[in-house]
Amino acid sequence: MSFLELQNITKIYPNGTKAVNETSLNIDNGEFVVFVGPSGCGKSTLLRMIAGLEDITNGEISLDGNVINNIDPSERDVAMVFQNYALYPHMSVFNNMAYGLKNRGISKEEINNKVNDVAKLLEIDQLLTRKPSMLSGGQRQRVAMGRAIVRNPKIFLFDEPLSNLDAKLRNQMRLEIKRLQRQMGVTSIFVTHDQTEAMTLGDRIVVINNGVVEQVGTPKEIYSKPNTKFVAEFIGSPQMNLFNCKIENGIAHIADMRINLNNSANIDDASLGIRPDDILISDNGQHTCVANLVEYLGSDMIIYSKIGDQEFSCKLSSKINLNAGDTFKFDISNTLVHLFDNTNGSRV
Amino acid sequence: MKFKPVEILTHIILILGVLLMVLPIWFSFATSTHDNVSIMTEGMKFFLGESFSQNYNEVLNEKGGWSEEVTAARMFVNSFIMALGIATLKVVISAMSAYALVYFRFKLAVPIFWLIFITLLVPLEVRIFPSYKIVSDLGLTNTYTGLILPLVASATATFFFRQFYKTIPDELLESAKLDGANSWRFFIDFLLPLSKTMLAAMFIFMFVYGYSQYLWPLIMTTDEKYWTVVMGMKIIFTENYEGVALPRTGERFAYIILSMLPPVLVVVILQRWFIKGLIQTEK
Repeated sequence: MSFLELQNITKIYPNGTKAVNETSLNIDNGEFVVFVGPSGCGKSTLLRMIAGLEDITNGEISLDGNVINNIDPSERDVAMVFQNYALYPHMSVFNNMAYGLKNRGISKEEINNKVNDVAKLLEIDQLLTRKPSMLSGGQRQRVAMGRAIVRNPKIFLFDEPLSNLDAKLRNQMRLEIKRLQRQMGVTSIFVTHDQTEAMTLGDRIVVINNGVVEQVGTPKEIYSKPNTKFVAEFIGSPQMNLFNCKIENGIAHIADMRINLNNSANIDDASLGIRPDDILISDNGQHTCVANLVEYLGSDMIIYSKIGDQEFSCKLSSKINLNAGDTFKFDISNTLVHLFDNTNGSRV
Repeated sequence: MKFKPVEILTHIILILGVLLMVLPIWFSFATSTHDNVSIMTEGMKFFLGESFSQNYNEVLNEKGGWSEEVTAARMFVNSFIMALGIATLKVVISAMSAYALVYFRFKLAVPIFWLIFITLLVPLEVRIFPSYKIVSDLGLTNTYTGLILPLVASATATFFFRQFYKTIPDELLESAKLDGANSWRFFIDFLLPLSKTMLAAMFIFMFVYGYSQYLWPLIMTTDEKYWTVVMGMKIIFTENYEGVALPRTGERFAYIILSMLPPVLVVVILQRWFIKGLIQTEK
């Protein structure tokens, strides 16, 4: 039996919106799981149901062997870091962190020790007397984390906690969260809409779309073998190229381009996907295209081009000398392509 | 330093405004320090006289009223108890009812709120007879309870607290829930400290409201022991008016000046808190 089990969880809001549909998921003790998906896909709702902040319309959640559907949030022993941190504005940093402990009837001395230990761990021990309004964004983030850590809960829940930080700080905090989670080994669920965050943080990623789990797997599995067209598009930056095509006897027809897939598939309406960095540019490539636009990113560059009327991009080292308007030759290897059936979006 | 003409004009207007407010009070105070003979013969005074201690002493300690038993000092105590009771209870009750209206999802919360709000249209003066009937049936005439109780509900304060609570982000409540705070703790540990400013402001308004009540204590009290300052203003030091004695204008002005002090003190003391709260925006 897993540490956290979600069985056929459904959430229907009073206005009839179905936010989460028949979702089942098992999470092991100590695992770092990331829920990722576009905004409004139900990932936050799912997290809030685990926290107990939303009622569960249908299904069952069990934590550490106990069904927690009807257990009060305060009794579930979960801690949550909110997107806007939700620090208590009228309390000092120390009291922010101590509040949950006080409510548990822990002795003053023990609270002191715990808060000071965690503050040292997060390097906020100089700030304990300050009010949240006197802290920078990064410091607030740390306090919010500290407040969760100090309670030593069964699960950490993170609800897009990095989205209010600037890019540099976000990368820094991301690393720190990962480091802390490894160090403490507490089961964590992290919600984000940012696929980079998901890829870098998670032991496992749960890709959610329209209230349905599209795929669960390690970052590597999800990147290298997306189960659906949605996952293929959502994970990876720049986005995977998807060409609408017709496949006859294992040959994909994209405009006047032909790609031999080395199988015997026959699909009328298919999508052929290839990651921008899997397109191999070489002087003796089979196909020829014109670079419409070149984006220079430092070590890499991205070339935008068209096959027929379908746009695509390729990513290559910027050492290659290629400018907008130039023609270039490339190959698409049939071992690197992903094939999806457009009728249901699933992988072929 | 040079002033623009507009600045000079605005300052003149402001100074005129201040004079308009302060001069009558100054005249009253100056007059209250003169003896009755000179007031009678020379009218209102601008400069201070020599009867300050005599007049104020008489005002505070002379036994007056028909029973010749009640002193002004006693009336001050009565008014203070009444205003304090009304202000405290009004603030507590409206903060709590607003909490119920905003945070507890029960049916008819909105209609109930509007029902409370509509009571603004029915001030005490309109419902004074039914209110009197109820209070007297309960045997509460000539008691502090009777003076305070019918005035402790406040639609205005409930409205202000409700609007304030609505601006508090939901995450704060959720976070507090996860930290193990129950409804009561959330009110005490979060809403009250966060609405400090609002509490101070409401307390000021309601204290002044309670202090300046006239009609209700007038009807409610037959026992002079329960007279309040504002009632006394009409009654006190007038008993000698009909005889040959001089009208006691000096004492009456002294009484008026004293009667202004408690609300002024409350405003001055709480205003500091109030402004401090406004500067430190905590939300």
